[in-house]
Amino acid sequence: MKIGEVARLINGKIVSGNLHSGKEVNHAFASDLMSDVLTLDSADILLITGLANMQTIRTAEMADISGIVFVRNKKPTKEMIDLAEESNIVLIESASSMFNVCGQLHHAGIKPLF
Amino acid sequence: MIFEYQIEGGDFTKAGSASSEVKKILRQLNLEPSLIKRIAVAMYEAEVNVVAHAYRGTMTVDIDTGRIFIAVKDEGPGIEDIEKAMTEGWSTANEKVREMGFGAGMGLPNIKKNADELKITSTPGTGTKVEITCFTRL
Ligand SMILES: Nc1ncnc2c1ncn2[C@@H]1O[C@H](COP(=O)(O)OP(=O)(O)O)[C@@H](O)[C@H]1O
Ligand SMILES: [Mg+2]
Repeated sequence: MKIGEVARLINGKIVSGNLHSGKEVNHAFASDLMSDVLTLDSADILLITGLANMQTIRTAEMADISGIVFVRNKKPTKEMIDLAEESNIVLIESASSMFNVCGQLHHAGIKPLF
Repeated sequence: MIFEYQIEGGDFTKAGSASSEVKKILRQLNLEPSLIKRIAVAMYEAEVNVVAHAYRGTMTVDIDTGRIFIAVKDEGPGIEDIEKAMTEGWSTANEKVREMGFGAGMGLPNIKKNADELKITSTPGTGTKVEITCFTRL
């Protein structure tokens, strides 16, 4: 599924990396623990998280993550948005809960990593 | 080629900037993306450890045909029992570190998983050195 389609599905707003919203993501991982995200071997996945700080973006950069969905209205700062732009990472803001976003995307065919 | 970067302890806004610079260099070397990711994850967890647990440090990267060597050396409290620190789930991280998405005691085990060779030396009261080697051709 294209990341732009992910944003539409969950009623989210793309706030960074719009140029890359045509990128395909087939798998997602949900966590607020960045050390956990860093144990994943797969690349080009979607991260669903409630943690919005610089380390979320850095983690995505290091782990080759294509897009991040911030749930529960967590808003990335200007600094985070700039860093994400630089690293070609798509950022999506969503008002929904983590469980809701996961449920909707799973239902729409996005697969878990394990 | 040798590159060196400074790491500031306690400064979470900048944590990862050294690793980010190094990753950009590695990308230009035409290495396997999976190898670049392994190196990136290992050095980033090591950099975060300096920010989280030490006062200041340096990251030295030595790129040679056949291997990438990264040494993360810090001035800090050091590690009393390295074997214990390597145990998954063991952590002395404070609340601030946990708020950043770290502090679950998973960093060192993950560095070990991603590195081809890992050497940790530490002097309590002085500092710690984490040396990571990844081979580019096996
Ligand atoms: N550079 C360091 N200086 C001092 N102590 C460290 C350093 N790196 C790791 N440690 C110690 O080892 C523990 C485990 O580290 P790690 O596995 O990265 O987990 P975490 O950083 O999440 O606590 C830390 O909580 C800390 O006590
Ligand atoms: Mg750590």
